[in-house]
Amino acid sequence: MAALCGQGLLAPLGGRSLAGPRAPLRFRAAVAAAAPLYDVVVSGGGMVGSAMAAVLGHDIHFHDKKIALLEAGPRKEYNHVPDTYSNRVSSISPGSATLLSSFGAWDHVCSLRLKPFQRMQVWDACSEAMIVFEKDDLDDMGYIVENDVIMSALTKQLDAVADRVEVFYGSRAVGYTWPLPSHSCGTSPWVQIELADGRRLQTKLLIGADGHNSVVRKEAEIKNIEHQYDQSAVVATLHLSEATNNNVAWQRFLPTGPIALLPLSDTASSLVWSTSHEHASELVTMDEESFVDSINSAFWSNVNHSDFIDTAGAMFRSALSLLRPSGSAVRQLPPSVAKVDPESRVMFPLGMGHATEYVQHRVALIGDAAHRVHPLAGQGVNLGFGDVACLAHHLSAAAFNGNDLGSLKHLLKFETERQRHNVSLIAAIDVLKRLYSTKLAPLVLLRTWGLQATNALPPLKEQIMAIASK
Amino acid sequence: MDDHADLSFQAGLRGTLQDCNWESQPKASSTLPVPLSEMKSSVLTVKRPFSTSRSSVDPKEIKKFQLLAQKWWDEEGEYSALHSMNDIRVPFIRDTLLNMSSNYHLGSPLSGVKILDVGCGGGLLSEPLGRLGASVTGIDPLEDNIRTADQHKSFDPVLSQRIQYKSSSLEEIVEESMETFDVIVACEVVEHVADLEMFIKCCSQVLKPEGSLFITTINKTQLSYVLGIVVAEKILGIVPEGTHEWEKFVPPEDLGRLLESNGFSVKTVNGMLYNPLWGSWSWTESTSINYAMHAVKSGAQGHSSPTDAPSETESEEHSATAGTAV
Repeated sequence: MAALCGQGLLAPLGGRSLAGPRAPLRFRAAVAAAAPLYDVVVSGGGMVGSAMAAVLGHDIHFHDKKIALLEAGPRKEYNHVPDTYSNRVSSISPGSATLLSSFGAWDHVCSLRLKPFQRMQVWDACSEAMIVFEKDDLDDMGYIVENDVIMSALTKQLDAVADRVEVFYGSRAVGYTWPLPSHSCGTSPWVQIELADGRRLQTKLLIGADGHNSVVRKEAEIKNIEHQYDQSAVVATLHLSEATNNNVAWQRFLPTGPIALLPLSDTASSLVWSTSHEHASELVTMDEESFVDSINSAFWSNVNHSDFIDTAGAMFRSALSLLRPSGSAVRQLPPSVAKVDPESRVMFPLGMGHATEYVQHRVALIGDAAHRVHPLAGQGVNLGFGDVACLAHHLSAAAFNGNDLGSLKHLLKFETERQRHNVSLIAAIDVLKRLYSTKLAPLVLLRTWGLQATNALPPLKEQIMAIASK
Repeated sequence: MDDHADLSFQAGLRGTLQDCNWESQPKASSTLPVPLSEMKSSVLTVKRPFSTSRSSVDPKEIKKFQLLAQKWWDEEGEYSALHSMNDIRVPFIRDTLLNMSSNYHLGSPLSGVKILDVGCGGGLLSEPLGRLGASVTGIDPLEDNIRTADQHKSFDPVLSQRIQYKSSSLEEIVEESMETFDVIVACEVVEHVADLEMFIKCCSQVLKPEGSLFITTINKTQLSYVLGIVVAEKILGIVPEGTHEWEKFVPPEDLGRLLESNGFSVKTVNGMLYNPLWGSWSWTESTSINYAMHAVKSGAQGHSSPTDAPSETESEEHSATAGTAV
């Protein structure tokens, strides 16, 4: 077998030639014939990549398969949550919770720390318009969970299947060599991976979960439609003025960007404030008192209202209440913030991205590597978990049919299914972001009426909630 | 099995058990040591100085398929219809065997099962079966096919171990493989066989009692002529032209009768339909064109337990008797 490999590789190769930087690897690849062969390698051990590896590791049809997870960072796990909250949190949808419980990770999350919420209020800073989401039966709409808690739960479940899933911490992939699509004589049909420390792996399927600057995506030469927003997000851990039944997620659209307050406990909430780069830097550097004042004012102040819009909005609301008496609920006010955790203020730039293809022969992209969204809808990691669930489903079926795991046939099914779901949602989030970034009266009027109308239409709201909870 | 490879069974003269003077055929001398082939020729019937073949290897056909021997693994190429046929025939085989066995692991459903893939071609069916845990022996009279198959499996250490390929016809391995296999799959083979009854007898000989035989082939009807040959070969080019001869197609009734009279009990017959638009296969009620059949060799006691008549439904409910280790 090694002889075949060597012979094929050293012979002149017609057809597709890979770019220069990869050529040297080709000759050294004769040695790579000895590189360990995995059925699946997941590149990127964040929440989405780790979940992918864990789901496959727990899948019955992967019982005799070898899976590897490559993560550049160190192992993350704790048995007891620290007293302070982490400033990086995610809003986990019920669909994502279902995925996590399917392989036992959700139990760990529950035993560590999480906050369910039953209501979401979203309103405009330029008008009285608002929309409230809640489930009829007042069930949990979602859960606010610290990212570290999720990672810890995933690490535990990866440990549980350590005989099938090998996790390489502190390992970064620096080069990939792709096989020729149609099997020609003598060349290895597998993807070759070279790690920073010189180790080599081979795999039948490479899953790229390495974030929005995905190396896998770049090396596979998959075009990415991307756009840097002129916004950065500021996150922080806040303490409320008084303890309250903190089960509502609040989001207000300011002209500079949305500010959101996500419940962590009855006395603490997490802040996600998307705003201009300059304002974000100011917020991060200003003293704590001013910071807290800015937050409260952002939620409570009506300085952006104009009489015109207020009147127009009021008119529309009375018109609506004629048609649908119970149509619009009363706007509630979010809790006021008393202080911020000292070291918890951080900012990072925002952008959107979407890969034109999610799959290629022996390659699949999931999570931010495939799509990147604005945090305003709290969808980012949920889209990633949705990718995980879908890809795992197709790979499981393929394994049970004895198929070659890297075959485009089932990878394309995954791509079609996810693109159908993701593209409209990502486009909608982008439109919302742009729509709410302006003070121009016509657009404000449009979105005011639009929001009021949507709020008055339960079927529409239910649809939105259904899409967002997957 | 994949049609193209097993044309060794195609004959100018049907119905006669011909011994082949293998020395005249290029491939045979490379696979059989001379003393063994002498033994075989004395066991089987009259040697003819000039033969079309024991199971009739037509040199013309061999040459045609030699050209295609490299094309097996191109999923979009000449063999794409066979690649997509795996989507229904592998689950069919897997689920039938799972239903018949009470002792299996879903993670490796065919673990411990010994399968003979007759007319394996480039190994299109052997590989998925190997991945599901089976020990597969793939035989094909065309050496180039075996070479392609061997090379393709060589990169996967698990498959390399689980699958063994051999350039050979079915008759040639009967001697050394009496009652060796739990399962025989003969996919797209019997429509190329010179002597179907002999073929079935050989299957019976190498199969363990209560072992399973899976056959997929083409019915002999007007529809199969129009669609299976005219449209598939001449018009749409789904199948390379000249692959099939309508005369050699086998109606399920005839096949069933031959099986029953040779110690098999037919359990299932299902029609298969190819959709050229999507390039996909599906199960269908009508067996007018393609169909799949599952039969079980009777047990050592001489008869299998009372079973239902061959059903047209897809799910196999009944299991074989005193369980074969399948």
